[in-house]
Amino acid sequence: MKYTEEHEWLRVEGDLVVVGITEHAAEALGDVVFVELPEPGTTVATGDEVCVIESVKAASDILAPVDGEIVEVNAALADSPGMVNEDPTGKAWFFKMKLANPKALDGFMDEAAYKKLIG
Amino acid sequence: MADLLRTGLYDLHLRLGAKIVPFAGYEMPVQYPMGVLKEHLHTRAAAGLFDVSHMGQVILRAPSGRAVDAAVALEALVPVDLVGLAEARQRYGMFTNAAGGILDDLMVANRGDHLFVVVNAACKAADIAHMRAHLPLEVSEITDRALLALQGPAAEAALGRLVPGVAAMRFMDAGIFGWNGVPLWVSRSGYTGEDGFEISLPDAVAVAFAEALLAMPEVAPIGLGARDSLRLEAGLCLYGHDIDTTTSPVEASLSWAIQKARRAGGARAGGFPGAARILRELAEGPARRRVGLAPDGRAPMREGVEIFAAPEGGAPIGVISSGGFGPSINAPMAMAYLPRDIAEGATVYGEVRGKRLAARVAPLPFQPTTFKR
Repeated sequence: MKYTEEHEWLRVEGDLVVVGITEHAAEALGDVVFVELPEPGTTVATGDEVCVIESVKAASDILAPVDGEIVEVNAALADSPGMVNEDPTGKAWFFKMKLANPKALDGFMDEAAYKKLIG
Repeated sequence: MADLLRTGLYDLHLRLGAKIVPFAGYEMPVQYPMGVLKEHLHTRAAAGLFDVSHMGQVILRAPSGRAVDAAVALEALVPVDLVGLAEARQRYGMFTNAAGGILDDLMVANRGDHLFVVVNAACKAADIAHMRAHLPLEVSEITDRALLALQGPAAEAALGRLVPGVAAMRFMDAGIFGWNGVPLWVSRSGYTGEDGFEISLPDAVAVAFAEALLAMPEVAPIGLGARDSLRLEAGLCLYGHDIDTTTSPVEASLSWAIQKARRAGGARAGGFPGAARILRELAEGPARRRVGLAPDGRAPMREGVEIFAAPEGGAPIGVISSGGFGPSINAPMAMAYLPRDIAEGATVYGEVRGKRLAARVAPLPFQPTTFKR
């Protein structure tokens, strides 16, 4: 698992990367009540806002961690947004991407570095 | 946060694991480990305990020592029938300004020889100065008492174990009860749409009293986050958001709080700041009014979202004053000011992240109230 400074986790699955938000992020957001997912097939660039998460407190975005194409989204999140709080690193993945550059993941934090970031 | 004040329950909040945020000049609990959603649902299912000690508590005394004389005086600042407020009863009202806007909203209780007033934390200094400037009354701010709210279907049973007399109270009754020899000022009222009580008590016993309630299985501590979603489901206004100096009580759909005695043709018609505008709006209808909005789908529409009449084009016809997600109704909900020709049931469009999403003009409250009338 790799981690971004935006508190997303990235898990390699074959030639795809699965993206979700960390437990730390889910806890900070509070109870998630709405998730808006991108259309599969969308081409995104690093930093694009690809998902919207609304919690009881506020709205926030998930940014594309790398350049690539969204190939699959977790449609179950739209009906059960509370999964983001219950199982942020498991069932509540947001989308799967095909990377434009397979080496793009090299620069991200490993678990030890991420744990250091969130103190 | 050096300049922020703390209530007498601050250390208790920390012990309970609260997340503290600045609010109206105080360090207040926004949520406890249970979280906003579960705290909200717990209050509707059992009983929630809220620390609202940041709010202003004020006693108004007339030289005569009669509450009715204080009521006559206070009527000069609020469009509410206070002379008709019976002893041991409480009423909702608002301070208006000369332009007919709202300076603050408040609760007034008749306690026989004086009035007891509760005002918003953010406005209390201005409210007290306003009353001192305009009322021939002794205006005493109470600074040594905490204020708690116990809300929900189990509130009567829980509070009744400590203070047996409260079970006989009806909605908006106000009385003084003893607990361990200490006087509690109790009203059957609140800000959640649930049956419940608000309890003013000496700081010295506030923690012990709160802990006695929290020791009961049905009582959980509830933070400001759930307080906001509970009041919004109940269709209640938050000062500074749904009402302010630019909104009149009539526009705010609070005309029910202006009794017949203060309206045109009433025994004491007018005689409050902004009466010309407020009485005109009562007669002719306001240009805009506060309504409920039920967004289609699940995306919340929050404060500041602009409302349009059509899915494309046109200028905004209004703006959301409060919005979020209602845990009990399991849907998004909002309140907005819209032109009065937009009828209940009409479809309007809120612009969220550049997209116009449909919403229905909906009756308030979103969640039926359960007051014990």
